[in-house]
Amino acid sequence: MKARVTVTLKTGVLDPQGKAIEGALRSLALEGVDSVRQGKVFDLELSHEDPARAQAVLKDACEKLLANTVVENYRIEIL
Amino acid sequence: MRAAVLLFPGLNREGDAMRALEQASGVKPILVWHAEHDLPAGTDLVVVPGGFSYGDYLRCGAIAGRANIMNAVRTHAERGGLVLGICNGFQILCESGLLPGVLMRNKDLKFVCRMQHLRVERNDTPFTNRYSRQQIIKVCVAHGEGNYVADPETIARLEGEGRVAFRYSDFNGNIGGEANCNGSINDIAGVYSERMNVLGMMPHPENLIDPMMGGIDGRGLFESLVRAPARAA
Repeated sequence: MKARVTVTLKTGVLDPQGKAIEGALRSLALEGVDSVRQGKVFDLELSHEDPARAQAVLKDACEKLLANTVVENYRIEIL
Repeated sequence: MRAAVLLFPGLNREGDAMRALEQASGVKPILVWHAEHDLPAGTDLVVVPGGFSYGDYLRCGAIAGRANIMNAVRTHAERGGLVLGICNGFQILCESGLLPGVLMRNKDLKFVCRMQHLRVERNDTPFTNRYSRQQIIKVCVAHGEGNYVADPETIARLEGEGRVAFRYSDFNGNIGGEANCNGSINDIAGVYSERMNVLGMMPHPENLIDPMMGGIDGRGLFESLVRAPARAA
């Protein structure tokens, strides 16, 4: 089973890297880019057959390591 | 004072920390590899030094914060044992849950490496009893992720409980503004745990212990630890 975990900064947390990328996109004269927030994507392969079990393991992985929940949110997708 | 200095792959300030500890205590600290499960018997103080553990992969301190030895450090802290995290060590203590908050990328995205003044907020802790209250000390900073962030409730609790150890200041003692080198909330340079036995700080006191390096204001912190009563069971 494949899964994707997306970790993003919580709303309101300053993201200087996102701001720098936003500035770079502006300098490319791309129209309509209002703001950029940078995040992380993790693609995982799991030996679990049961999606509910996989979901539970991934939630654990996010809480324990993949995300710092002080400043980050995470989203789990079973692919 | 028996000190254990932790070593993770990618740290590079362990020698500086050991030199500062030995200078203050006259006892050579023991270097402890991260894969160990136990601290040396009779450890009074654990120091998590600076550097770039695991290449700062994932988040600064995230991987080291989950290493075997950190369980022993947690137990040590729960018993009232002293723990000091400097720079990457501060990040590791935050990631391991020993201290609240997180160190984010510096506000202006630049790695900051310079001399830095701090205001010592209180001198009734095991880490600062050789300083005077509100003393301005000159140490140095060298980090790219030192921007201390926590939710408003946590910041209010830290402030209310007097758990801010140091604030970034200029040499006159003016707090914040240009003196805040990384954008930290309330100019926070270091924080204590609830029981004041764990301290995490971004600046490097261990590098200002020899006049040759431009000052000796860092000595006070290590001399304070030597004077602090051993509290670990």
